[in-house]
Amino acid sequence: MSNVAPLLQVKNLRVEFPTRRGTLVALDDVSFDISPGEVLGVVGESGAGKSMTGAAIIGLLEPPGRIAKGEILLGGRRIDNLRYEEMRRIRGKEIGAIFQDPLTTLNPLYTVGRQLAETMTTHLPIGPGEARKRAIEWLEMVGIPAAAQRIDSYPHEFSGGMRQRVVIALALCAEPKLIVADEPTTALDVSIQAQVIALLKRLAREKGTAMMLVTHDMGVIAETADRVAVMYAGRVAEIGPVREVVKHANHPYSAGLMASIPPLDRRVERLAQIDGAMPRLSAIPKGCAYNPRCPQVFDKCRTYRPDLINAGTTQAACWLYDTEAPRG
Amino acid sequence: MFAFIISRILQAVPVMLTVALISFAMFAYVGDPVAIMLGQDFTEAQRDQLVRDLGLDQPFWVQFATFIGHAAQGEFGLSYRLSRPVAELIAERAPATLELAFTAAALALLIGVPMGVYTGLYRNSWLSRFFLTFSLVGVSLPTFLIGILLILVFAVWLGWLPSFGRGDTVKLGWWTTGFLTVSGLKALVLPAITLGLFQLTLIMRLVRAEMMEVLRTDYIKFARARGLPNRAVHFGHALKNTLVPVITIVGLQLGAIIAFAIVTETVFQWPGMGLLFIQSVGAADIPVMSAYLMLIALVFVTINLIVDLLYYAVDPRLRIGRGKGGH
Ligand SMILES: Nc1ncnc2c1ncn2[C@@H]1O[C@H](COP(=O)(O)OP(=O)(O)OP(=O)(O)O)[C@@H](O)[C@H]1O
Ligand code: SF4
Ligand SMILES: [Mg+2]
Repeated sequence: MSNVAPLLQVKNLRVEFPTRRGTLVALDDVSFDISPGEVLGVVGESGAGKSMTGAAIIGLLEPPGRIAKGEILLGGRRIDNLRYEEMRRIRGKEIGAIFQDPLTTLNPLYTVGRQLAETMTTHLPIGPGEARKRAIEWLEMVGIPAAAQRIDSYPHEFSGGMRQRVVIALALCAEPKLIVADEPTTALDVSIQAQVIALLKRLAREKGTAMMLVTHDMGVIAETADRVAVMYAGRVAEIGPVREVVKHANHPYSAGLMASIPPLDRRVERLAQIDGAMPRLSAIPKGCAYNPRCPQVFDKCRTYRPDLINAGTTQAACWLYDTEAPRG
Repeated sequence: MFAFIISRILQAVPVMLTVALISFAMFAYVGDPVAIMLGQDFTEAQRDQLVRDLGLDQPFWVQFATFIGHAAQGEFGLSYRLSRPVAELIAERAPATLELAFTAAALALLIGVPMGVYTGLYRNSWLSRFFLTFSLVGVSLPTFLIGILLILVFAVWLGWLPSFGRGDTVKLGWWTTGFLTVSGLKALVLPAITLGLFQLTLIMRLVRAEMMEVLRTDYIKFARARGLPNRAVHFGHALKNTLVPVITIVGLQLGAIIAFAIVTETVFQWPGMGLLFIQSVGAADIPVMSAYLMLIALVFVTINLIVDLLYYAVDPRLRIGRGKGGH
């Protein structure tokens, strides 16, 4: 992709959930990089492991979930094995997060100004007065009208779209180098989704912030992302430049996913389904996880699991691109 | 804000009237005040005179209105048993009950809330398990039994603390306080624990349940994702959100503490209103009983009002009038 040293490196990440009926593998061998300032779109059906990947990166996997294998590096430093307190200093300061539902992500009992100020005083060497001043500036930057007056308002006094703007300000206010945005517009009214994405994109560009953008909206991916990762059943099925993945997907699953998108002018909230359903974690098939649904399945797919391999324009986890052992 | 208070006070009026009616009915229909006051020897003329003096020949609603008028001024007549004004008797006993209730409530809050937060945060630690087991004891043992056990251990066996009475008290105007003497403080320990233990365990369990609920919310996850220190997340964001339901229960429990001080006061011969009430029941001393009833109702109503005001202070979503629009 580029020659710049990657900001985020996820290497062979495996996340497990020990349960009474055995260990569930929620993420298996997930690898990707994000360069400084780059936007990586992450797509895939519900349950593919997109949110789980984000949670692992910010170090907030829900117990008993745990990283069983692999590494996560931020600016070359390993962050997956840090103690809670060390990781806490990275959260907000170096990795910001945006959640799906702005109606529930803000504390209803604190004013938006207080939530902004506490985030900044936690991570930046500034006092309460300066933090308040900057909080007003941030509200202005995310397009809240009359920011100086609204700073002392509570979350319930804002509309959903306005609240998500506040959340964006909260994620960015300590100036992190990376934002993990998990479906930032899914819960919003369709009419304001585009505005919020445009805002996020503009701010990320202005501040040089890299972003992992999870979404179901291919229109958003096409407009915003530099590269796309397609996830399936806890693995990366394909990853590559946005134009290639959207227009000329190599992995049969990505191809099916892209084919199910209606034209850009008629967006839908959720992707249409490919025939069949993604397997549950407890019943992931042997070999390629996609093989029961794959139109191009062949023998090898049912026994051996493909890793990401070079598929020309992208990397795909599919035996079709295995040059060493041609299909037979 | 002002309108809110007024409307709440108006809502309390029917409650107080109902309790007043019950109190009054006790006066009018339980026992015969005339017979009690006249004693053995009396003439028919004396009797008629007394009936007229007491207003007993008036229609029911006039008598009731008079009763309420007097009650509103704290007038409940003379105690049959002690022949002293009821208001005076209650004023004399109130400090003992209020100091006991206050201490018990403070104990329950200051220990119950931190224990609830701790057990909510560290669900599986052995200390949490210990607290929970201990709280089961507090919830399931009856108050009088706890009192008797405490007396047995700390008064009879160890001899550390007195088993009855209030110790030495100091007069501050009409108020008498046991807070200022060593014997007063020592005397307070066992009754306060007895009275507060149930509330303590209740508050602990409530705060724990609320805390666990709140810790699962998105805004707590987001607070963590913003890198706020645990202290701010747990004791700021999370605890504040558990307060709304906790305030309700604590408010109701405070009323209950005052009302149910009866048992504790009896066990420890604590010279408060509860003991006075029990003694009055024994002697069919209706004026004291009805006054006590109305006082307890007033306490509940007042606490309810305070609880509503606290909601208002804690939860901005209830301050509808202040909304600046923007939807
Ligand atoms: N606490 C948990 N215990 C066990 N399995 C879990 C837990 N949380 C999530 N999972 C499983 O992990 C898998 C990945 O979930 P994840 O939330 O990452 O999906 P997603 O790709 O974000 O889907 P969506 O588009 O619906 O948000 C799912 O199969 C889910 O059932
Ligand atoms: S490996 Fe086989 S089953 Fe899996 S996507 Fe490729 S062709 Fe289909
Ligand atoms: Mg998700």
